[in-house]
Amino acid sequence: MARLELRNVAKGFGGVPVCRDISLTVESGDMVCLIGASGSGKSTLLRCMNLLEPIDDGAIYLDGQDISEPELDPQPIRRRIGIVFQSFNLFPHMSAAENVMLAPRRVHHRDRASLLPEIQALFDRFGLADRMQHYPDQLSGGQQQRVAIIRALAMQPEIMLFDEITSALDPQLVGEVLDVLRQLKSQGMTMVLATHEMGFAREAADKVCFLHQGVIVEEGPPEQIFDAPEAPETRAFLQAVVK
Amino acid sequence: MANSGVGGGLTRRQLFERRARRRALIIASTSSLAVVLAIVLLVPLAPGWEAVKNSFFNGEVFLRTFPTLLRAFLLDMLIFAWCAPLIAIWALVIAICRDVQSPALYPLRIFATIYTDVFRGVPVILVVYLIGFGVPGLGLPRPWNSPYIWGSLALILTYSAYVAEIYRSGIESIHASQRAAAHSLGLSGADVMRFVILPQAVRRVVPANMNMLIALQKDVALLSFIGPVEIFRQAGVYKSLLANFTPYVVAAVIFLAITVPATRFADALLARQNRARS
Repeated sequence: MARLELRNVAKGFGGVPVCRDISLTVESGDMVCLIGASGSGKSTLLRCMNLLEPIDDGAIYLDGQDISEPELDPQPIRRRIGIVFQSFNLFPHMSAAENVMLAPRRVHHRDRASLLPEIQALFDRFGLADRMQHYPDQLSGGQQQRVAIIRALAMQPEIMLFDEITSALDPQLVGEVLDVLRQLKSQGMTMVLATHEMGFAREAADKVCFLHQGVIVEEGPPEQIFDAPEAPETRAFLQAVVK
Repeated sequence: MANSGVGGGLTRRQLFERRARRRALIIASTSSLAVVLAIVLLVPLAPGWEAVKNSFFNGEVFLRTFPTLLRAFLLDMLIFAWCAPLIAIWALVIAICRDVQSPALYPLRIFATIYTDVFRGVPVILVVYLIGFGVPGLGLPRPWNSPYIWGSLALILTYSAYVAEIYRSGIESIHASQRAAAHSLGLSGADVMRFVILPQAVRRVVPANMNMLIALQKDVALLSFIGPVEIFRQAGVYKSLLANFTPYVVAAVIFLAITVPATRFADALLARQNRARS
């Protein structure tokens, strides 16, 4: 059974379709990369998977359970699926450690003392041990994004979604964030990325999906998509990007 | 360099800016001095000046009434001191009520909307009269007929309506991505409000609320109409006693001694916030 499965998902805003008839399966431990031009529906699709946006039609299954059922309470589902955003979205009035601890404390009713060793280990692992007490505006973009990833990981999600998490970073900071993704992959985390980092997608993805105008035009292993794309839209896009 | 020796290493641009600053300073001081001189010289030439000076700026009356008026002003400060925190809390309750999403709590939303409409729409003095005279008129026993209680309540109710709207503008100014990030962590709606939205919103509207505090500080004087002998009423007593308006000027000076520094402080806060955001 697939970890996460989308069946004929459709989503629009104010009558304008953004995603149309999207079907996608994500197996446990896989890294799936969504590529495509801005506005092709990658971000919207990720937000739908996390139930931040309700879908208009189709269904989304998490371990076989239909999580797109409108009557369902989204909160317990969101705890199982972490998401990291392009613009970090750290809470500016809290230190990095407080940002990370808020949800475990409130949702899992953990106390600070028992959380601290775990949190510390996460900060250590991602090279931020000395930044725990810093506030977001005292951190670089790359550091903020790594804190945002730690914040999502602290809820011990089964799946992680990444929405163009390196797009707002200076080029020299992109590497440190991609390293975090490689680490997560080596530990078997199931991940879905919307990304413009074609080199990274080719190297690390198990499956690449090319979206064009809200539709998955082509999907397959990275070698196939990048080296032998079949659809003319994919070829045109890659030609423009890789140049 | 063209101006060698004068600039001591300053660039052409820095020299120009220094000249410009000096010129601006000279022009500003000259014109200010001219205006002040004109007022000082011309106003006393008015036919009624002697009479006005005597009844509004009488030094003897000023010194005689100042200590008592200052003591009466302590009462204003006291009323202010217990009203301000209650307004901060009640306004927050109203602001949150206006933002509740749950259909079961819809009546709260209606209540909060009507509340802010009504209390922003009625002059403060009317509310003070209606509550300050109306409620004790029910024949309540002491101390529940005290004008302090009902007058303060009138101020709290009115000011909370304005402050609630300020809070609400703060809540709405928090970017939707903060809400999305908080929800994506699985936090409940109440937790998102309490831990993510409100702390940021309240901080953001501190300068706006400082202005409300200054306004409240002055409007405490309205309670004089229903009984308490605070500074405005005490000044009125002196006016009748001495047939002189100087006590009102004394009261104004005492108010200014508090509100001007408070206003400067509020402006400084606002400026700091604007700098932080740019």
